[in-house]
Amino acid sequence: MKVEAEKVMSPAGSPQVPDPEAMNQMLPLGERRAAIEIENLSKKFDVVAVDGLTLDVMEGELFGLLGPNGAGKTTLINMLCGLTKPTVGTAKVGGYDIIKEIDKVKDQIGVCPQETALFPYLSGRENLDLFGSLYLMPKDALKKRSQELLAGIGLLEDANRRVGKYSGGMKRRLSLICALVHEPEIAFLDEPTVAMDPQSRHAVWGFIRDLTKDGKTVILTTHYMEEAQELCDRVGIIDHGKLIALGTPAELIEKYSAKHLEDVFLQLTGRNIREEL
Amino acid sequence: MKTRRIIAIAKRDLKRTAREPAALFMIFLFPIVFVIAFGGAFGGIGGSSSPTYGVGVVNLDNISTGVATGQQWSSLFVNSLSATKILNVQAYPDNETAQMDLAQGKIQAVMIIPSGFGASCSSFLASPGDASKWVNTTVLLYFDSGSLFATQAISPIFQQVLGTLLDGGQQTVAKPISLSTPSLVNVQKTSAFDYMAPGMFAFASIFMIMIVAQSFALDKENGLLKRIRMTPTSPSEFMMSQVLSNMVTAFIQAAIVFGLVYLMGFRPLVSSITIVLSFGLVLVFSLCNVGFGLITATIAKSSGAATGIAFLFLLPQLFLGTFVGASLSGAAQSASRFVPSFYVTDALTSLLLRGAPMTSPTILLDIAILVVSSVAILIVGILLFGRILRES
Ligand SMILES: Nc1ncnc2c1ncn2[C@@H]1O[C@H](COP(=O)(O)OP(=O)(O)OP(=O)(O)O)[C@@H](O)[C@H]1O
Ligand SMILES: [Mg+2]
Repeated sequence: MKVEAEKVMSPAGSPQVPDPEAMNQMLPLGERRAAIEIENLSKKFDVVAVDGLTLDVMEGELFGLLGPNGAGKTTLINMLCGLTKPTVGTAKVGGYDIIKEIDKVKDQIGVCPQETALFPYLSGRENLDLFGSLYLMPKDALKKRSQELLAGIGLLEDANRRVGKYSGGMKRRLSLICALVHEPEIAFLDEPTVAMDPQSRHAVWGFIRDLTKDGKTVILTTHYMEEAQELCDRVGIIDHGKLIALGTPAELIEKYSAKHLEDVFLQLTGRNIREEL
Repeated sequence: MKTRRIIAIAKRDLKRTAREPAALFMIFLFPIVFVIAFGGAFGGIGGSSSPTYGVGVVNLDNISTGVATGQQWSSLFVNSLSATKILNVQAYPDNETAQMDLAQGKIQAVMIIPSGFGASCSSFLASPGDASKWVNTTVLLYFDSGSLFATQAISPIFQQVLGTLLDGGQQTVAKPISLSTPSLVNVQKTSAFDYMAPGMFAFASIFMIMIVAQSFALDKENGLLKRIRMTPTSPSEFMMSQVLSNMVTAFIQAAIVFGLVYLMGFRPLVSSITIVLSFGLVLVFSLCNVGFGLITATIAKSSGAATGIAFLFLLPQLFLGTFVGASLSGAAQSASRFVPSFYVTDALTSLLLRGAPMTSPTILLDIAILVVSSVAILIVGILLFGRILRES
């Protein structure tokens, strides 16, 4: 909330001229600028993981990326954050091309990967410190921010313990705040709540909501449909690398005359367990 | 390239090394255990902390002239030799008795001070700049060719003491007194601790191959390389941080080895600049080991495999280029020319043990080969591993 207030006041000395940034945040989702523009993006390994996907995610939007195992969600995120090169197509993240301007893309984004990757021989605080340093955060700000995040996610007491000794859920929580330590404009959260107890999950939900209140864009993948229904402004369901449904949870539930989002999901993707190639 | 990132990643590497018992063991404890074990086996420990070598002195200057100045000069020289604490000087009445003790191994060297020694010294002091007015004499030295220390170290000690006596150690000035070793000394490689000490540095450093390989392979396995790639860190920043952290590790390791061999009686009679240069060479050599580690990590599919593959680079260097292979066959000795560790050990041996000047051709050649091969291996490692960093 604080950030928005500051934005309305700027530029300094002329409070009557509203900041276009802040204006954009106040628009309804459909009329905002796109934070992520994906155009006909494909990735082929032995299988086609992402297949001609086109999608816009708006600034300040909390977008749920849903789909069965192997649908291509992680591959899509990996392409958007510069880890994997697309076979065909292109995308812009924060206005920068993911192929030509990947360095600028990386400055804008924070990624909480599906597979927790933390430095086990460092403490929680040291992990945050390292990630913050990689984004060249000023030392004082980094210290303050780390403290806030650790407190917010309930890791303050364990902050000085080595991460190797954390439980699975604690590692997940730390991984999330490591992705957010530098206050990225766009956050990719690949199954952030997996392996978490209900308490932690609710804490994380609060966290994610706060992010979008601050005008950040969030791409969230999850297999918990109630989580997506509860949190997301819009969801996109992908299967076999293709976008097969897109809309707000309420729209989709209505369109498919379903009881809840999980119904929609099962209707669209079937009841067979996905077998990976 | 941002220094902040490089330092941040280097710091986490050093923390890992410090906190990982296996790494700590490989890098620091293992060399320590080895140095102590070899030191114990080859006489580095147990004796007095400063080893003494017996030198028999036959002072002909005393007897023949009886001139007070001659006596003063020669006894001053003998006293200065004793004052080094490395030499245990014993007076002998004549050459034969001294030679008998030398042959029996009671002493390691015999020095004959000629009758004109005092006159020679006085003539030098009277006109240090005019060689034509000097009375020239020659001090004869006989060594036990089986004692490595005697053949390698006593002569420089004599030279130094003599220089200090005459002109305060300005060794560039020509002097009327020359040292001569009439018996041809056959230098033989032995396993004396003194001779092994220079090889200890390369020995310890070589184990970095395994640590570097394992840590890179583990980072790859645990998704940490990918995780770093998601941040704005560039591959070159990452690589620089690895070089930096490993150089710090190599430096600490070299300091530990140096402290240890020193404690065990290795006293290189060289200037501090030579010591600094020696450390520098060990650091250059560590670059080569980082390179081998990177190559290993590139080939290895897992951290377990990395350990095995690391031995392929580690063992030849260990056996061909450190003290371990001091008594190798001829064929193996030629093969040793192909491992970088040979050149660092050879250079350190020349510098620290033989007291050779750093500008001598052998050392310059050693340094050149060491630098070129280390940098080349490091670059190959970086290029190979860089492909993994960039792969999609
Ligand atoms: N590096 C790779 N090499 C080969 N195939 C890959 C690679 N990464 C992903 N795939 C394949 O691409 C497809 C999509 O995988 P992806 O991880 O994107 O799915 P996902 O939607 O994230 O699944 P999950 O919900 O299980 O995380 C799968 O069939 C997978 O086997
Ligand atoms: Mg996935």
